[in-house]
Amino acid sequence: MDDLLIARSLFGTTMAFHIIFATIGVGLPMMILAAELLYQKTKDVDYVVMAKRWTKTFAVLLGVGIPTGTIAGVQLSLLWPGFMEVIGRVMPLPFQIEIYAFFIEALFMSIYVYAAERIAPWMRITSLILVALGALGSAVLITNVHAFQGTPTGFRYENGQFLDIDPWAAFFNPSFFVTAIHVALSAYVVGAFVVGSVAAFKMMRNEYGSRIYKFHQKALMISLVLGGIFAFLTAINGHESAQYLHEYQPEKLAAAEGLFETQSHAPLAIGGFTDRETESVKWGIEVPWALSFLAGNSFDTVVVGLNDFPEELWPPLFIHTLFNVMVGIGSLLILISIAGIIWRKLLKKDRFPKFFLWILVLAGPMAVAAIEAGWIFACTGRQPWVIYRILSTAESATTATNLGILFILFIAVYVILGIAVVFVLLYFFRKNKEMDDIKRAEEKYVRLFSSNS
Amino acid sequence: MADALIAITVLWGFVFIYAVMATMDFGAGFWSMIYFNREKTRATNIANRYLSPTWEVTNTFIVALVVAVYSLFPTAAYTFGTILLIPGSIILLLLALRSAFLVFSNIAIEYKKPLTYISGIAGILIPGLLISVLPITHGAYIDYTNGTANLNLQKLFTSPNEYAFIGFAITSTLFLSSLLLADYSKASHEMEAYNVYMRDGRILGPISLVMAFLIMFTLKKEVPWIYDNMMDDLPLLLFSITFFFIAGIGLYFPSFFQKGVSGMPRLSVIAVTIQYLIASYVYGKAHLPYIIYPNITIESAFTDPNSFRAVFITYIIGFAILFPGFFYFWRLFMNDKKYLRQKS
Ligand code: HDD
Ligand code: HEM
Ligand code: HEM
Repeated sequence: MDDLLIARSLFGTTMAFHIIFATIGVGLPMMILAAELLYQKTKDVDYVVMAKRWTKTFAVLLGVGIPTGTIAGVQLSLLWPGFMEVIGRVMPLPFQIEIYAFFIEALFMSIYVYAAERIAPWMRITSLILVALGALGSAVLITNVHAFQGTPTGFRYENGQFLDIDPWAAFFNPSFFVTAIHVALSAYVVGAFVVGSVAAFKMMRNEYGSRIYKFHQKALMISLVLGGIFAFLTAINGHESAQYLHEYQPEKLAAAEGLFETQSHAPLAIGGFTDRETESVKWGIEVPWALSFLAGNSFDTVVVGLNDFPEELWPPLFIHTLFNVMVGIGSLLILISIAGIIWRKLLKKDRFPKFFLWILVLAGPMAVAAIEAGWIFACTGRQPWVIYRILSTAESATTATNLGILFILFIAVYVILGIAVVFVLLYFFRKNKEMDDIKRAEEKYVRLFSSNS
Repeated sequence: MADALIAITVLWGFVFIYAVMATMDFGAGFWSMIYFNREKTRATNIANRYLSPTWEVTNTFIVALVVAVYSLFPTAAYTFGTILLIPGSIILLLLALRSAFLVFSNIAIEYKKPLTYISGIAGILIPGLLISVLPITHGAYIDYTNGTANLNLQKLFTSPNEYAFIGFAITSTLFLSSLLLADYSKASHEMEAYNVYMRDGRILGPISLVMAFLIMFTLKKEVPWIYDNMMDDLPLLLFSITFFFIAGIGLYFPSFFQKGVSGMPRLSVIAVTIQYLIASYVYGKAHLPYIIYPNITIESAFTDPNSFRAVFITYIIGFAILFPGFFYFWRLFMNDKKYLRQKS
């Protein structure tokens, strides 16, 4: 592998690892907040126990999310110094403001966990809201840098010089809102379905109708309702993201759909693989005219194909598959939550069939897979540019060589952390059973939150 | 003041704040490892009580620091990115292990010991590597080939100056954190832990002073331009040493305020912090106008004026919003008797 390829793989691996913890780190506080609010409303201690157990999980995940995020932030400068030089000059605001979001999250997270029993309930809820806002804010702001990479604005670029810099115009670049909303909504989807996975699994492991079974059933219903709503909103907003691609990065949309010829009434290809030789999508299902409609809300919309661009500026063709994985999982998650809610609330059945519980267990990992696919699609689909039509990835990379050994070391550390975090979570919840927490909570929760075993 | 000078002052302020906080943080992790088996003194408990709520906040400062470098001095960020690839990556790897295992050690109680050892050892290596950025900016270890900068690791790690910096970073980390933990133990009424940390402080204070002299001594030989500039401020340097001796009074003398207690750790913490503040001001001033000697100066690396203005405004607003949060945090964890004097 040449050094550029290693740099790309190394950074991509860092991000792919960080995003698991980061996304759950945005989604889980939303779920904790929902549980706390339900507790205040119903006074059912099960909800406060959920809040406590999810908070512990969150605290453990932070132990990996924060250092890997720190790696991501510093690695940007180490591997892509040319890129960060431009960002520092033109687009410093999101990173700068993100720091304040991190501080808010870190300060109030410690307060929520380590001072839970010393502060008033309203202050607990306020701390939690600030944690959730801090996490959301950091996600939205970092995504803004990514949005800028796709739709750079706020400067004039002439002869390699950046002139007339307006950092606020760069901040409010055209795709900021669409992209940020998509990332925020999809993180809530992940938060909800990850919790749902665990709940569904525990329902299979515990006797039907037992106290613990009911506890997990309540958790599952929160996750189906919230997950369903957010999955639906994600899809609507994802549709808008695709329209932005049509407008601002047409070659990315063309590669995502495997479209080679520019045409109106363009077909939508679902599944299959893009074949360079025959310039078509093989083994996919074609929905006639649908792509034109999706891109511009009318069948007459002309969608630009890859052949209008020189081949060296094409994104890799495999992003078609990544796009399909994301959209496919998104659609599936909507169906799963609708099915679950109808079964429970409309048909009033109080027991899910076993195969459906298994589907729910898979829904969490699937949501994470959608996030991974979506991000790799978005970043790899931008190639060969790091800032669209301004700065190429190759130009921005470090001049250092022999990156291979660093790549191996970072992967080793990610493997260690990945195994350790799963092990620690399993250990903690094996030692600290649901019933222990429920008992603690019923005794007017003396030291529920800071209890450790 | 010129904008670039304001910017470097802000950056220096971040470096200073991070240096003090990181010192306490990594030091506390180390002490929590050293006293792991001495349950009776509760020295480990004290270190953990300080560490658990604060490490995340401290970590955020390192991110703030990196962001400040590239948003204020993007050209310097380019060179830093290139030359710091190896040391920076090693720091990141150690930091990842240290933070993760620190959190895990508080959750997986049965495996606390090995987890504490990993995070304690990884943590104490980090200050030594972090401080190496300073000698690297002095320029002597950077080779330029076809206009691109490269760090010469062999030259770096055969230089006595580098080792003086590393030694200083590690001893002063241990020194300052033992003072802080002594103060924290006293506020928590844990007198056995207090005596342990005071003893450590008494030993480490003189050692870190020696290390500081070693830095000056090696600088004189290897980087005369910085040394000469620093000597122009000799009165300030001497003034800073006075504070070191005030810290000594806090360590070795009986308390003026409380009968029967030896030492006034809070006085020492404050005096040492002031001493570092003055000394690092002198060092920073001597370093100017270079960020990386001799090619990158604060003027040549400075960002676009529009961006600077926008960033500066966010600093002011951000600080105004965060300040009450920091204050509340301090009250809950540094100044709340119920938290400090809890039993388990
Ligand atoms: C749970 C995760 C999830 C789900 C269910 C979806 N997405 Fe998504 N999508 C993401 C998670 C995601 C993401 C990981 O968050 C991305 C990567 C970059 C970004 O901005 O968001 C993304 C990017 C992304 C982009 C590219 C934006 C760009 O390259 O700038 C498009 C066009 C869509 N999405 C469209 C959709 C559509 C039409 C969906 C229909 C169901 C959909 N997404 C579901
Ligand atoms: C967190 C989820 C993310 C994942 C999984 C991800 C994944 C990737 C991958 C796989 C690459 C390598 C692309 C290639 O060379 O083919 C890459 C490159 C890159 N990404 Fe992302 N990315 C994520 C988020 C972001 C964000 C939020 C930003 C904005 C700060 C960003 C900025 C970059 C940059 C600067 C590069 C390197 C240059 C390039 O290859 O274009 N990434 N990312
Ligand atoms: C869009 C994808 C991303 C999302 C949603 C995201 C979100 C988060 C969240 C919520 C945290 C808090 C820790 C946690 O909850 O696990 C975090 C930590 C962090 N992230 Fe990311 N992040 C993303 C991508 C990035 C990228 C590309 C960078 C690098 C520039 C980055 C840098 C950081 C840093 C430095 C931290 C540690 C903050 C601290 O010290 O408190 N993140 N991220």
